[in-house]
Amino acid sequence: MSTAQAQMQTKWWSGGKSPFNVEYGKLMMWYFLMSDTFTFGAFLISYGTIRFSQNYWPDPNQVFNAFPFAGHANLPLAFVSLMTFILIVSSVTMVLAVHAGHKNDKQGVIKWMIWTILGGLAFLSCQAWEWAHLITGEHAVLINGQIQHIGTTVTMNPWGPAANVPMIDGHHVTTTGPVAFGGYFFGITGFHGFHVLSGVVINIVMLIMAINGTFERKGHYWMIEKAGLYWHFVDLVWVFVFLCFYLI
Amino acid sequence: MEHSASSEITFHHEAGGDDFVKKIIKTTVLLSVITMIELGLGLTMYAFPIAAGLKLFLKGVIVILSLAKAFYIVGIFMHLGDEIKNLIMTICVPLMLFIWFIAAFLMDGNSWKNLRNSRGKSIVPIEQHSPAAEGHH
Repeated sequence: MSTAQAQMQTKWWSGGKSPFNVEYGKLMMWYFLMSDTFTFGAFLISYGTIRFSQNYWPDPNQVFNAFPFAGHANLPLAFVSLMTFILIVSSVTMVLAVHAGHKNDKQGVIKWMIWTILGGLAFLSCQAWEWAHLITGEHAVLINGQIQHIGTTVTMNPWGPAANVPMIDGHHVTTTGPVAFGGYFFGITGFHGFHVLSGVVINIVMLIMAINGTFERKGHYWMIEKAGLYWHFVDLVWVFVFLCFYLI
Repeated sequence: MEHSASSEITFHHEAGGDDFVKKIIKTTVLLSVITMIELGLGLTMYAFPIAAGLKLFLKGVIVILSLAKAFYIVGIFMHLGDEIKNLIMTICVPLMLFIWFIAAFLMDGNSWKNLRNSRGKSIVPIEQHSPAAEGHH
């Protein structure tokens, strides 16, 4: 009898077993991730509401066009694509760690967990560079009839419509843009980055436990699976942060 | 029924062999390709002057492609596709709240803009591009 057929014939709600066919910790991880989805969803929808209420919103292709060590080259979205790719790859190495865990392959789990942790750290470093670049990168902006040089912070936004004055140093002078841009950008990517950071910490704990043979003694690697769910969720959220802040 | 370490699990998943690794590689390639298509569309909107209607359409395409990515991450990387229907439903059904959530709030934002642009204009002068208003700051 195939497993699928046996599952079909099982009376899941008759008691004596979990109607969800997963252990308690994994089910609770799923519910936590669902609630976290609503937290991120609320943030992104709030951002969407404010953006829809504005007549002008900065073009992400103009704001995010820098790349480390590339000087002033205009490379729209290149760096953030690299970050996306890093996160996808670290998600894949996590799947492989969980897969190795299913086979009780300790060395495999250790190897793939190390790669996943390195991927997470690489992503965080990229984000630190992007934030620093955005905050310290100053642009000529016309404020109260005077030209000032400001960076992007939660209280200042140099990415407004072009001002009707001559260029300075070959750059267009703009007026100030909607101040909510910086607040939402730093708030939401910061909240996501904090999830990545805690994911890296969780993964390091899992790696230490795997090296110490904790899972070997338990006889299963289910903890790796739960950490994996969290890590994939972080990747999943990035898909939507990437969509809302950089693509559209 | 096989013996299990936890009474909560009635059916264990197959550990899977090389087939599974192949499936993961396929999914990775798919996710990368979708991301590249999204980037291509995003850069097209930046590089070429495009009518507002077409731009909105392209953005809609990008949103749908992102949802496809989410489907593959949750279904294959997180193995939700391999779970039983009860678990899939207990996770997916509450998420339908998002349909109302997104529609209601984006419409709210849009209406806010329209009100400010039409009714607001006759009451308060717009501060942007207005030398008179700028003097007060």
